Amino acid sequence: MSETVSETVSETVSDAVVAGLPSMTSTGQDVVFPTVTEYHDVVTAYKVAGFAMLADLTAVDYLTHPGRTLPHGVAPERFEVVTNLLSLSAARRVRIRTQLPEDPAVIASVWDLYPGAEAMEREVYDMFGIRFTGHPDLTRILMPEDWEGYPLRKDYGIGRVPVQFKESPGPR
Amino acid sequence: MSDHERAGETEAPRVDLTTPEGLIGETEEGGQELLARTRTTTDELAREKGSVLRVPEAMPGDPAHVDVEVPDDETMIINFGPQHPSTHGVLRLMMELDGETVIRSKPVIGYLHTGMEKTGEELTYQQGATNVTRMDYLSPLTNELVFSLATEALLGIELPPRAVWIRMLLAELQRVASHLMWLATNGMDLGSTTMMIFGFREREMVLGFFEKTTGVRMNHNFIRPGGTAADLPDGWEDDVTVIIDTIEVRLDDYDQLLTGQPIFRERTEGVGALTAEEALALSATGPILRSTGIAWDLRRTMPYMEYDKVDFDVIVGTFGDNFDRYAIRFNEVRESIKIIRQVLDRIPQGDYRVQDKKVTPPPRARIDESMEALIHHFKIFTEGFKVPEGEVYTAIESPRGEIGCYIVSDGSAKPYRMHIRGPSFVNMQSLPVMLRGGLVADAIATTSSVDPVMGESDR
Repeated sequence: MSETVSETVSETVSDAVVAGLPSMTSTGQDVVFPTVTEYHDVVTAYKVAGFAMLADLTAVDYLTHPGRTLPHGVAPERFEVVTNLLSLSAARRVRIRTQLPEDPAVIASVWDLYPGAEAMEREVYDMFGIRFTGHPDLTRILMPEDWEGYPLRKDYGIGRVPVQFKESPGPR
Repeated sequence: MSDHERAGETEAPRVDLTTPEGLIGETEEGGQELLARTRTTTDELAREKGSVLRVPEAMPGDPAHVDVEVPDDETMIINFGPQHPSTHGVLRLMMELDGETVIRSKPVIGYLHTGMEKTGEELTYQQGATNVTRMDYLSPLTNELVFSLATEALLGIELPPRAVWIRMLLAELQRVASHLMWLATNGMDLGSTTMMIFGFREREMVLGFFEKTTGVRMNHNFIRPGGTAADLPDGWEDDVTVIIDTIEVRLDDYDQLLTGQPIFRERTEGVGALTAEEALALSATGPILRSTGIAWDLRRTMPYMEYDKVDFDVIVGTFGDNFDRYAIRFNEVRESIKIIRQVLDRIPQGDYRVQDKKVTPPPRARIDESMEALIHHFKIFTEGFKVPEGEVYTAIESPRGEIGCYIVSDGSAKPYRMHIRGPSFVNMQSLPVMLRGGLVADAIATTSSVDPVMGESDR
C-alpha cells in the first residue's frame, strides 16, 4: 500500500470534537450524530484521523417516518445528511448522520476536505434541495436546470402517465 | 447559446457563495454547463486543475502549470457528446480547447436519469432487484448482489453456503463479461476494431451462460434477497469450464494484439495520469484507484461473502495512466478466472436460497399441498416481506469500483430510502483532472479508461 495512506487510525479518534458525540452501532456499523454546526469539524477530525476517502454522501427525507431510532440527545429533524467515510489503512467505515431542519436546509460543504464530494453534494442538492455552503458549483446535476421541485423529497409525488386503453374489439 | 455563456462575455456579477442567500441566488437559475472563465478569480484559477472541480489547496498541484493568462478569444468550447459513440452512452463532455489541448473540461450528466432511487421507494424488497439491475447494465448481477446483501443485513438472515458460492460464481463471471466488454470498446476507441469483435464474441459466451441460468442475457433479477432465483442449470460445470478455458487461451492472443502493439502503447502510456493523492481525494475507486498504486479491492481489504476463502491477487498499477488501467482490467479477468476455478472445485451442495417462509416463497409443489404455503406465497407476492427498522450501508467491489447500497427501512415492506453509490457517478469526477493538458484525441482514450456506464451514473 502506498505511503500516503499508511498512517494508522487512532482507535478512538481521540479528538475532543468526536469524543462526546452521540453514537450508535447500526447493523454492525459505526454511526455518529453531530449537529449541523459540528458537522464540518467532525468530518475534519475524521480526515485527520486517517479516513482518507469520502465513500458516499447522500441524504434522507424523514418527513413520513419521524419516529426513527436515534441515540439519546439527538432531536429528529426532517432531513438527514448521511456521510460515509472510509479509512483505507484501518479498513474501517464510519457513517456520519447529521440532522438538518427543513428551513433552512443548509449545511457546510465538505468539498474543501474531500474534492470527491463535489458531484455527491450536487446530487443531494438536486434531489432534496439541501444547500451546501462553500460548494464551488451547486447546480442541478441529474435533473434539467429548469426543473421545479426536489424529486426525492417525500412530499414530491411520483408522476404517472395516464394509460389509455384501446377500445375493446367487441364480439366477433 | 445559453444565458450563462452570454453572461460570461460581459462582466458577470460575483455571487457570495458563503451565505444561504447567495447560494439560492446562485442555484435557482444555475446552468450545469462549463462556467465562464470570468467567473473564476485568479486565485481560484491557480488552484484549478479540472473545470468547476477546483482542487483545493490541501491537494498538491503546481499553480505554475496553470494557464491563467489564456484569453477567452483564443480558446474554444466544444461539446463532446451526448450523442457520440466514444462516450459510452450519453455522457456529454464540455471541453475548453486551446488548439488541440484540453484546458478545462466538465462532464455534464443526467441524460439517462430515470429516477430509479425514487422508484426503489415504491417497490417492495421483493421487486427491488428488478429495479436496481437496470442501473449498471454492463454488470447487472453486481447491482442485484449489493441490493440483496443490504436487505439481508437488515433482515439479519444468513444464507446457505451454496447460495453464497453461486453468487460469487456469477459475480466473477459478470466481472469477466464486463471487463471483456471494456476491452472491446476501449480497443474500438483506440482504432482496434479487431479487439472490439473479439471482446464482444467472448462476452457473448458468458452472456449465453447467463441466459441459460437466469433466462435473460441482461437485467437478470436472479440474485434476490434471500438467495438466488434458482439453482444453477444441470451441466453448468461443463459450460463454465468451456467458457473460462476458451477465454483464458484467447486472453494471450489479446495480450499480443494490444499489449505488444506499439501504437496501442504509444496511445495509452503516460496518458490521462492520476496520482494516488488525487484518486483518494476524488473518491475514485476500482481500477482507477488501483492504477495509482493503492492496493484497495473490497474483495480483499473488506471481504464480503466468501472472498476471504479464495485465493486471488489484487492487481496494482504504478503510474495511474491509461495503460495501467488497461493492464489492471486485463489481468483482473485472469484473477476472476482463477476464482471461478476455485468455485468449481469447492462449491458445496445444498439449498440455493434461505428457507425462511417470511422471505422466500415456498417451493411450487408445496403450494398444492399446504394451505400455509399458499398463504405465504400470496403474502410475499402481494405485500412483500417486512424488513425490521434500521439503516445499513453495504459496499462491494463492482467491475468499476465500490458500489454501495444505503437502505433505510421503516419496518414496512418497501425501503424508506434506497440509495446506490454508483462507481461510475463518482469516478466521473476524476475525468477533468485526467484530461487536463492532454490532447483531444487522448480524451477519447481517457474517457474510455474510466469505464463509465451512464445508466448507473444517472440512475
